[in-house]
Amino acid sequence: MAVHKEDTSHCYVQFGRMALPNQYFAGRVGSRFIIALRDEHKILGVRCDKCKKVFVPPREYCERCMSRLDDNWVELSNEGVITNFTIVRYNDKHLPRKAPYVLALIKLDGADTPFAHIVEGIDPSKVTVGMRVKAVFAKETTNTILDIDHFEPL
Amino acid sequence: MKRVAICAVAQHKNESDIWYKRFQGMLLDILEEIQTKTGMDFSEQRGVRSVVSCSDDVFDARTISDNGVTDVLGAHYREEEKIAQEGLNAVGYAMSIILSGHEDLVYLAGHCKESQPESRNMCTNLGYDPFYGRPIGLDFTNVAALQAREYMHKSGIGDEHLADVVVRARQWASRNPYANATELVEKGEVMASPMLCDPIRRLHAYPVSDGAVGMLLASEERAREFTDTPVWITGFANCMDSYFLGDRDLSSNFALKKAAANAFRRAGIKDPKKAIDLVEIMDAYAYQQPMWLEGLGLCDEGQGARFIEENGPATYNVNLSGGMLAGNPIMLGGLYRAAEAVLQLKREAGEHQAADVKRALAHGTTGGAGQFHTVLVLEI
Ligand SMILES: [Zn+2]
Repeated sequence: MAVHKEDTSHCYVQFGRMALPNQYFAGRVGSRFIIALRDEHKILGVRCDKCKKVFVPPREYCERCMSRLDDNWVELSNEGVITNFTIVRYNDKHLPRKAPYVLALIKLDGADTPFAHIVEGIDPSKVTVGMRVKAVFAKETTNTILDIDHFEPL
Repeated sequence: MKRVAICAVAQHKNESDIWYKRFQGMLLDILEEIQTKTGMDFSEQRGVRSVVSCSDDVFDARTISDNGVTDVLGAHYREEEKIAQEGLNAVGYAMSIILSGHEDLVYLAGHCKESQPESRNMCTNLGYDPFYGRPIGLDFTNVAALQAREYMHKSGIGDEHLADVVVRARQWASRNPYANATELVEKGEVMASPMLCDPIRRLHAYPVSDGAVGMLLASEERAREFTDTPVWITGFANCMDSYFLGDRDLSSNFALKKAAANAFRRAGIKDPKKAIDLVEIMDAYAYQQPMWLEGLGLCDEGQGARFIEENGPATYNVNLSGGMLAGNPIMLGGLYRAAEAVLQLKREAGEHQAADVKRALAHGTTGGAGQFHTVLVLEI
């Protein structure tokens, strides 16, 4: 295709703000996880006995062996280890914090899969893989994983 | 086995903000170019009766995004189906329509303007669930950064290697009239560019890009009506990894290895190092170039650093277009790769034409940190 400079005089641009209030059901498994987190400050996982793995976030079936898992809940520790992290250095409206902040994968004691969360209470440049952290629960609920406000070093 | 050809491709030039042109207008230019190149029309008897489109509702800020473009795809009064996936999968879908025997000619076109939303990261954040991922602010940039850390550790890749990848990408992009980021950069400039999301620097990330791509696919019986140089699809496959980040081994290339193995088996390829003359891979971030090459088996497992030091990218004709690092919209990263691979096989790649290309590979990926990969093998 020929590449050429376009004449952009008399061009009009409309600005939009797409928004649609909506609802999501967390599912029965998700509901139990969220309610335990919100009301009891307990972090729950599900265990696959066949794969010998504890998953968090919980899910109804194991995707590896297709076993049903929702009758096999385990309570996890509020403490765990950072398995991976990045320092987010850009700001954006979907981000939960102002940059710079630490986004980490955290494996709780008793779980086999890490999950993503924020680490605070430490200079971001001091964060390392292997660092032990504990959950700090939010004062106000959002009925999401942000009912854990963040993790901080032990 | 029936064969399917790509007869012609058309690419819109990638730019960071084509605000003065609707994506409909971009698609019309693409359609007219394909018609000029092939003589294809939309007549009931011999013309295109089946159209495959590729676009995304969130980037287009509407639902049923194909509905806004069907006229400029020639899709009124005939069959039209939309792929809301990275565009390389639209090639596989168009191929399947022809292999089914239902149609012998398919026009395919994809569009995406990353400049339309205020932020592409806000769009990819919507790819995460509303309970565990979205509230934490996961997007394709910060998730890639997690993968980058793990992969770089595994393969010995450092900041210098990533700078080499970016410098080379710009050198090739400067020869590609459709590329977005074509300014040459020095190694030191890349290494001094600010951190975006450690260890990813700003110059390690592809620029925000708008673009569109079209292709005409035909059955073996009809391909030569439209071109003297048909390019044959000999292998296509994709694979999806687990959804939750923590369920995945982020540096294992699990999905890419499976997709590649299936595509190679279908193409009769035993050793990709010997069989592939040119590779176009979707490297949205610099670390992904060596990582995906490991997944494809062109670079040995865990040897990404040495591969770059020993000029592996030059040896295997990797991304002579400049690659995704030079800028394509995320929805079309793999579709642009396929278009470039086709140009190379047809010997129409101009200033970035490689010598003796008989078999080429195009790669696409989507889902944060390469959750999903697609591999296409093309031959003349
Ligand atoms: Zn299992």
